[in-house]
Amino acid sequence: MEKPIIVIGAGPAGLQVAISIVKNFQNKEGFFPPVIVIDREKHAGGILNQCIHTGFGLAEYKEELTGPEYASRVLQEFRQLGIELRLSTTVIRVDENKMVTTLSPHRGLEKINALAIIFTTGCRERARGVIHIPGDRPAGIYTAGLAQKFINIDGYLPGKRVVILGSGDIGLIMARRLTFQGAKVLAVLEANNFVGGLARNVVQCLDDFNIPLYLSHTITDIIGKNRVEKVKISRVDENMRPVWGSEFELACDTILLSIGLIPENELAEMAGVKLDPSTNGAVIDENYMTSIKGIFACGNALHVHDLVDKLAVEAKEVGKNVAEYVDLSIGNSSTKGSLEFNAGTSVNIDENIRYILPHKISGKKTVKFHFRVRKPLNDVTLRMGNFQKRFPYLLPNEMSSVTIPAEYFERIDGDYLELLAVKGVKKVKGKEEDSELIQSQIVREVKIWIEKKLPV
Amino acid sequence: MDRKEVTSLKEFICIICPVGCKIKVDFELSSLSASGFASAPAIKSIHGFRCQRGEKYVQEEIINPKRTLTSVVSLKNGEMPMCPVRTSVPISKDILEEMTRNVSQLSVEAPVKIGEVLVKNIMGSGADIVVTRDLNRMIN
Repeated sequence: MEKPIIVIGAGPAGLQVAISIVKNFQNKEGFFPPVIVIDREKHAGGILNQCIHTGFGLAEYKEELTGPEYASRVLQEFRQLGIELRLSTTVIRVDENKMVTTLSPHRGLEKINALAIIFTTGCRERARGVIHIPGDRPAGIYTAGLAQKFINIDGYLPGKRVVILGSGDIGLIMARRLTFQGAKVLAVLEANNFVGGLARNVVQCLDDFNIPLYLSHTITDIIGKNRVEKVKISRVDENMRPVWGSEFELACDTILLSIGLIPENELAEMAGVKLDPSTNGAVIDENYMTSIKGIFACGNALHVHDLVDKLAVEAKEVGKNVAEYVDLSIGNSSTKGSLEFNAGTSVNIDENIRYILPHKISGKKTVKFHFRVRKPLNDVTLRMGNFQKRFPYLLPNEMSSVTIPAEYFERIDGDYLELLAVKGVKKVKGKEEDSELIQSQIVREVKIWIEKKLPV
Repeated sequence: MDRKEVTSLKEFICIICPVGCKIKVDFELSSLSASGFASAPAIKSIHGFRCQRGEKYVQEEIINPKRTLTSVVSLKNGEMPMCPVRTSVPISKDILEEMTRNVSQLSVEAPVKIGEVLVKNIMGSGADIVVTRDLNRMIN
């Protein structure tokens, strides 16, 4: 039996990457190994199944779909291609030789020697212990995604009087969800002085229901014997330190924590894949291959996405690269292949940028970089030699990207990508506006630079 | 008949797509309160939208704001206990609260398919309540 290609996780990324691999195989000559998608749940679709709200697939299908509807569309295409799907199957081990060990009720324990592995294992949620919220440990404290599962999948209402910590999209969506189901959401708190989620969600999840949003606030104490009884909320300064005397109380029975998603990479780590501590996702090259040859990563397991549509675009690109890698590995075609894997040039960043992908490039191929800034920035221009791209604004909660054509890399000679805050004329439809003069904020100079290093 | 004229300068955040354009509008809303019938707002200036849908959204938002309702209903004899549903088209915001109460009372028998209509023209809103997930009957 030939070595298959294993995709771990049948969420939107796993399904899309499998579809893309198979479609790319169809364009090539020769015989190709099977693709197997594995998921521990009973259903494919990943987190989409519990995201019953709309907002998915607008770019791809020109319709605003709910999570399950979007999953169904992708699954339709998946089934048409006849790709093998193993549900209720848990991958319990992956090693650096690409040996995948799985466990399932109907197949028992199995070891699969894989030709290539793609990690599309999604995210887990950050919990209370990580941010050290002091106080009692009563029942009634849930992460927002877990509460979403309770309501939308299991049919339970987690509580009646709720305080939500974190203004990311999940927190905002759950504020509305709970209100729709008859709970009272008392407040949404956000430690930063800017909102974490999309502006549209502030409108349709908070403003619509007059739910107050407290920026620069956090929970500084939880009180309750068996169940949450009240929380103490304080204002925080720009260093996230509570301001004395700003404390107030809210009586509640439930706390939802929406304080961050962390890419799930326990299996990848087990296999020896190098992780980037600033994303907790794999270190990758421009082909989305990890530090282990033949192991790839994409989707939320690599970095947290805001929109499934963008994630689908990424997965499609990765599928193309995997097909190319497999093509080369099994020596099918006579083509040399245009992809260079794990090339040696690193991409480095300074502290204004939280992360950038890919981590390494060959310098021979056009690269689409994805990055996030730490704080909101206005009217910035990205410059590298002759290459220039202007961004009216960059927000931490919106993944930014920039495509740099291959020819610009030839001219790197100690050059770096520089993000400078420059005054510009903002043009929006119908009216020209002057952007704010931000010369005084030149301190927000952001550097992404590419250092030429000798190949390792 | 009372004739009220309201002039307003407001900034809306469009919710049609995830971009969320900030749209600034300078408008005059004339309302004839006897019939409760409001004519289209006289928009003096509008800018900030990146597509036509933003312009349309703001006009609707001023006269009769609409939202899409999504929720879950009980699924009887199904492989999962709950079935996600949505309104087929956006509905008026003022009937939203009552509609969530009505929808929470609904239940449906498995199997169900995406697009299946549970309630036609719910509360006279012009929207149907439709199923958004294929769910099978429970296998024993």
